Amino acid sequence: MSSRVANFIASTGDHTLDALADFGRFFKFTGQTLRWLLHASGSARTWQLVLAESMDVGVRSLPVILITGSFVGMVLAVQAIEQFRAVGLEEQMGGVVNLSVVRELGPVLAGVMIAGRIGGSLTAELGTMNVTEQIDALRSMGTDPIRFLVVPRFLACFLLTPVLTLYCDVMGSLGGWLVTVVMSGVDSGPYWEYTRSAVSAFDVFSGVAKSFAFGGVLSLVSCYKGFHCRAGAEGVGRACTDAFVASFVAILVMDFFISVLLQSISTRIWGFRSLL
Amino acid sequence: MSILKTMTDPREQTRPAIHTPNSEPAMIELRNVYKRFGSLRVLAGVSLALEKGKTTVVIGESGTGKSVLLKHIILLLRPDRGEVFFNGKRIDDLPESDLAVHRQRFGFLFQMSALFDSLTVGENVGFPLTEHTNKSKEEIETIVAEKLRMVGLEGLQPKRPAQISGGQKKRVALARAIALEPDVVLYDEPTTGLDPVRSDVINELILKLQRELGVTSVVVTHDMTSAYKVGDRIVMLERGKIIADGPPEFFKTTDDPRIRRFVDGRASPEDLAALED
Repeated sequence: MSSRVANFIASTGDHTLDALADFGRFFKFTGQTLRWLLHASGSARTWQLVLAESMDVGVRSLPVILITGSFVGMVLAVQAIEQFRAVGLEEQMGGVVNLSVVRELGPVLAGVMIAGRIGGSLTAELGTMNVTEQIDALRSMGTDPIRFLVVPRFLACFLLTPVLTLYCDVMGSLGGWLVTVVMSGVDSGPYWEYTRSAVSAFDVFSGVAKSFAFGGVLSLVSCYKGFHCRAGAEGVGRACTDAFVASFVAILVMDFFISVLLQSISTRIWGFRSLL
Repeated sequence: MSILKTMTDPREQTRPAIHTPNSEPAMIELRNVYKRFGSLRVLAGVSLALEKGKTTVVIGESGTGKSVLLKHIILLLRPDRGEVFFNGKRIDDLPESDLAVHRQRFGFLFQMSALFDSLTVGENVGFPLTEHTNKSKEEIETIVAEKLRMVGLEGLQPKRPAQISGGQKKRVALARAIALEPDVVLYDEPTTGLDPVRSDVINELILKLQRELGVTSVVVTHDMTSAYKVGDRIVMLERGKIIADGPPEFFKTTDDPRIRRFVDGRASPEDLAALED
């Protein structure tokens, strides 16, 4: 029995050390990326590569983001409309739906969708490059793989996630409008009037600020997992799963802390704002 | 033949020794290099000096550390212990940014070719030129065509790596490896996975590059036909140590059972016993 306990403690210790070492490697990888970002962001070659990545990250992600955004708004409105009608506040639906979409659901769901679509593809691509020695080939030719592979992907995700989030917000708002106004018969005027009074420029800024962070972290996590995946198809598959799970968790954790920070800034500047 | 001294008493290999076939100054030198991955010891005190303009072939069974040794020459892997010198200057302690400059003097042919899937053949061959020179697009295209002509693949520029055969991939990778006209070309199992005819094409190419460009070459292989054909010198690794070092003639005539077994492709009694279990 005592040897079982000892084995359990040893195994827990090993896993903890591995996790800490992995965490350390990730931060080192992030540091190297940021260092190369400073050096390489002024070069035309880097922006050529960013442009090539932007097609995949931005344009090809747009349909799924538009669909996600519209259904988020619609579901939110479907869930809330009866409750609001019961207390006679259905005209205020616009404020609640749009504030939720702009501050929380738009950025988080756009981030998660991009983590799934782009993050998975980044990990699979870089993981395959890793196991087929293409990353070593870059190094052997005197090219830093982080500068060539990670920096353009990081920039594309960092810059385009907020743009995609804004598209998601607009579609969420229209989805909410569709259910509230067209399907439930609430007047369109008050819907938008309450939206304008509830959603401030700071709320939009808050959502966009979060999405910059989400885009940055999901690209770093995905690239890191690709660079450090194990050999073989199983290794690449595992890295893709790990990248999505880690990105998802990171997005939710960052969302909490950024929300707390922005909320305290908002309250300090404008005081408490009641929606109803 | 001082190089054969290593054959007389294998126990002497535990001592660090620089293997120099003659008094020529070494272009690349590994001194007492050790490498371990976790609990697996891969290199156990390898010392080797490589002569300028010659082709050295490294042979040995799978898993004896041949590719790891090759990656130490260009510092894709760093030694746990020991030193690596290039033209008399120690390079294993240089930061990655300085090594990047050094690596431009090397060409590396990877076992699986390692062509970039997202680029065309032409872009693959021109990649080092795009990255490290200020040449115009037209100049790069001219050089790419010249390098592809050297490997017998002119006109293949617009194809993607997925659209060409394994042998063609190796030749494209070779064209890429020599795009910057390196001083040293490292070949990691260049004939593995190819039929005997394609293997011979690669061997002829290695000889042609040495003849025409005067490069120093290191070839890792377990293909003895290839080793005899391209090698000025053959080094044999076993369990992370050099156990033999000499000209191809030595490997053809030696009676040492460990070398004969490998050269003739005969399984050891232990290998066969494992099959009977």
